[in-house]
Amino acid sequence: MTVAGKTYLGMPTAPPGVGQLRGDESFPDAAETALANGQLRRNLANATSTIRAKRAAVVAEVPDWQELRAAAAAVKDDVLAHLDSYLVQLEARVTERGGVVHWARDANEANRIVTELVAATGSREVVKVKSMATQEIGLNQALEEAGILAFETDLAELIVQLGDDRPSHILVPAIHRNRTEIRDIFLSEMAGVDCGLTDDPAALAEAARRYLREKFLTTKVAISGANFAIADTGTLMVVESEGNGRMCLTLPDTLITVMGIEKLLPSFTDLEVFLQLLPRSSTGERMNPYTSMWTGVHPGDGPQEFHLVLLDNGRTATLADERGRAALRCIRCSACLNVCPVYERTGGHAYGSVYPGPIGAVLSPQLTGVADNPSLPFASTLCGACYDVCPVAIDIPKMLVHLRERVNQDKATSHRLPTPESAGMAAASWAMRGHRRWTWLLRAARLGRLARLSRLSRSAAGRRLLPPPLSAWVSSRDLPAPPAQSFRDWWAEQ
Amino acid sequence: MRVALFATCLVDGLFPDVARATVRLLRRLGHEVVFPREQSCCGQMHLNTGYSAAALPLIRRQARVFADFEAIVAPSGSCTGSIRHQHADTARRFGDEALAVAAEAVAARTYELSEFLVDVTGVTDVGAHFAHRVTYHPTCHSLRLLRVGDRPMALLRAVQDIELVELAAADSCCGFGGTFAMKNSAVSSAMLADKVAAVQASGATVCSAGDSSCLMHIGGGLSRLHVGARTLHLAQILASTRSEPALV
Amino acid sequence: MTARDEVLARISTALGRARGEAPGEISGAAAIPRRYRRAGATAAGEGVPAGVGHQAELVELLVDRLVDYRATVTRSEPAGVADVLAQRLGQHRIDSVLVPDGFPEEWLGAVSAERRTDDALTPAQLDGIDGVLCTGTLAIAETGTIVLDSGPGQGRRALSLVPDYLLIVLTSDQIVAGVPEAVARLDSGRPLTWISGPSATSDIELNRVEGVHGPRTLDVILIQAARPGF
Repeated sequence: MTVAGKTYLGMPTAPPGVGQLRGDESFPDAAETALANGQLRRNLANATSTIRAKRAAVVAEVPDWQELRAAAAAVKDDVLAHLDSYLVQLEARVTERGGVVHWARDANEANRIVTELVAATGSREVVKVKSMATQEIGLNQALEEAGILAFETDLAELIVQLGDDRPSHILVPAIHRNRTEIRDIFLSEMAGVDCGLTDDPAALAEAARRYLREKFLTTKVAISGANFAIADTGTLMVVESEGNGRMCLTLPDTLITVMGIEKLLPSFTDLEVFLQLLPRSSTGERMNPYTSMWTGVHPGDGPQEFHLVLLDNGRTATLADERGRAALRCIRCSACLNVCPVYERTGGHAYGSVYPGPIGAVLSPQLTGVADNPSLPFASTLCGACYDVCPVAIDIPKMLVHLRERVNQDKATSHRLPTPESAGMAAASWAMRGHRRWTWLLRAARLGRLARLSRLSRSAAGRRLLPPPLSAWVSSRDLPAPPAQSFRDWWAEQ
Repeated sequence: MRVALFATCLVDGLFPDVARATVRLLRRLGHEVVFPREQSCCGQMHLNTGYSAAALPLIRRQARVFADFEAIVAPSGSCTGSIRHQHADTARRFGDEALAVAAEAVAARTYELSEFLVDVTGVTDVGAHFAHRVTYHPTCHSLRLLRVGDRPMALLRAVQDIELVELAAADSCCGFGGTFAMKNSAVSSAMLADKVAAVQASGATVCSAGDSSCLMHIGGGLSRLHVGARTLHLAQILASTRSEPALV
Repeated sequence: MTARDEVLARISTALGRARGEAPGEISGAAAIPRRYRRAGATAAGEGVPAGVGHQAELVELLVDRLVDYRATVTRSEPAGVADVLAQRLGQHRIDSVLVPDGFPEEWLGAVSAERRTDDALTPAQLDGIDGVLCTGTLAIAETGTIVLDSGPGQGRRALSLVPDYLLIVLTSDQIVAGVPEAVARLDSGRPLTWISGPSATSDIELNRVEGVHGPRTLDVILIQAARPGF
């Protein structure tokens, strides 16, 4: 039996204790640790500025980018509005073409299904194509507990796996590592590596090629995710760069694909939109080096056994939230991470989930329920850079604000007493809604107190006397000196 | 034109010079300025921190106080953004359609200062004089919520004797973000450090912007690090003349 | 309740349907605003960026894009293909070459490398072959993409993947302008492989590096006319 997570409007969320959607500490605490790492900040700044420039250049080449975005948003909204119909259609097409479709309510059920499928082949090793869904559910760990060894074959995933590290980016899980660090990981952890390995990226790629080739040629079972599934044809697809995906999708006898239920597109034609948006948004390329599409089993070509696992794990809870539903449009391009000023400073680990950055600050609490990720919706200045680049036009700032509200409501129902913050907000609202009160308050605040606080903020000894939240403000900023009179008093004197 | 000034709570209480400069500038351009004294706050902080129920009375107040004005001008991109993009939406969520309609009507006539000057009055040269080296931080909500684009720079370029210098990574957020500055103080400070470094590298003695909240944050950082540059709101530069220069 | 029934029931509830209410009809294409450049519009030159639309210009654009992704492109007249092909193999010192069923025999006249056919070769056997030849299904000029569908002259997907050297022969009439035209022409029922340059990675500092698991060399011969016999 599976253990359901909390529910939102009756929909179970992703269960705790399995997979990686929850951090050990709050975002502000984890961020502080990350910020102290100067190497990390330099790596992130270099990588994100590189990809931002590349993306901007190739997006500028497309004259109808905004029209493509609008179409993509509408296509995904159509999928969500008829998600059950499209899933049933996909299931029928995949089955007609010799595939087997499985349904998983949550991470535990998906892990059990995949483990049993692998065990049934008699194989104790699997090769894996990079997949967010299998990271989300902690599949590698579940396989390991069943005595099955999973080899990550994407270069960045390999770096993370060998370094016993955690992914920090949706697309480039090892974005927090620079070439020298990667070389050091390879030298210490990669069996049979040339001890003269340099940090030249081409040499590092060559080392990964040698290391994994034997695995590709001999492993009988592969596990993948899917970028898209086409409901009316049953076609699955994986978008990648290195060829590790093609190796996994074509050479083994058995292929198991784990896919979130929202990854559908209605028709093959819709690819004309998404195959323009995704590569340019993600790696900043006109097209990624390799895209593979398959429909069930192709006799004599590729795996002759194909399983598709359809995963809920909190997605229906997200769907139930009318105002948050559009987050399920996400195609995991990670453009929002690359432009986010918060992500750029902290990296992905601070978010505690496999989904970091702006979309992760939305998706993670949606999948787990806000009580399990209450600090993430606040991990944003609402600067709006994420919304601008989102290829499916998810209004992320608006979603974050919506989730902040849900976090506050959740706190209000689980605490009997109002939090200091909610009491403060209510008091401010009360003071501001009567102009006489407000006029009086501005006068009272000015008299002495503000000037004293401002003076205190200007010395280290003084700053220690200030209570929260002022103590947080003065950690890096002086308080402004208060004016002699408020504007309204000046105006009244005129 | 008869213009209602929405000073915003922050400017009213902490930065009255910005509102006074806005009044002076608008009067100099021949407009009649009124200040409806029942105004207080647009509720942006409440809304963006997730307290829309506490914001609702403020939205109602905003819609009532400014119902009868042909043009409402605010020296703030983010407050104008909140009025334009959040007020009616919030009212509707609370099932108050009448308020939503009233809020939409007010939003349609509420302008951020540079929008009002360039779009409504059609002026880019406001006859200002300001002989200092200035760099401009465009602020996220002006840039991406209101899409004010080049308007503030067009106004600044027309200022006599001003020396405008480029701000590196100008469109990067300064790290203020309302309650973010406190809730995520460490990240906010890291973003501020980069913004302050960019201001310093620009060689400017004045960093300007269209939002006093961002300027309070940037100014607090400049002051803490003794960078030797200070902040001035766009309105203060545009109000400055030879006979009544802005204090720097 | 099976997981299938439960997930479907959750979706129905999440979408606010009453208990037992049937899912709405799949609305289909009609509801989607498709104001972007589509296949038909591009062929007519409508809304197409300057320089795209004529076949000769498509050839130039495709070559530019392929070269940008570090593929090598050699143009050839129909009569010269055999010589160009042999010369390319020679330059890359390809001693053994895999030739899929249906690859035009007349292009192989000058090949001196050992010719191998796909007799249900194992992955390890494929790995022992220096290079592979194939034809393509179509090419997309704007993105520098070549699509294979495992048809005659291409063989199963593994062939164009395992050997380290891949040579694709295209004809200029196979080039389409953009992604919409390509999607419109392809058969979704076939296994499809879209190739844009040699295998590459962006995983090290987000810079593109060519050459990981797929063929590290992509050679393209572009015939400036229709393919013989097609």
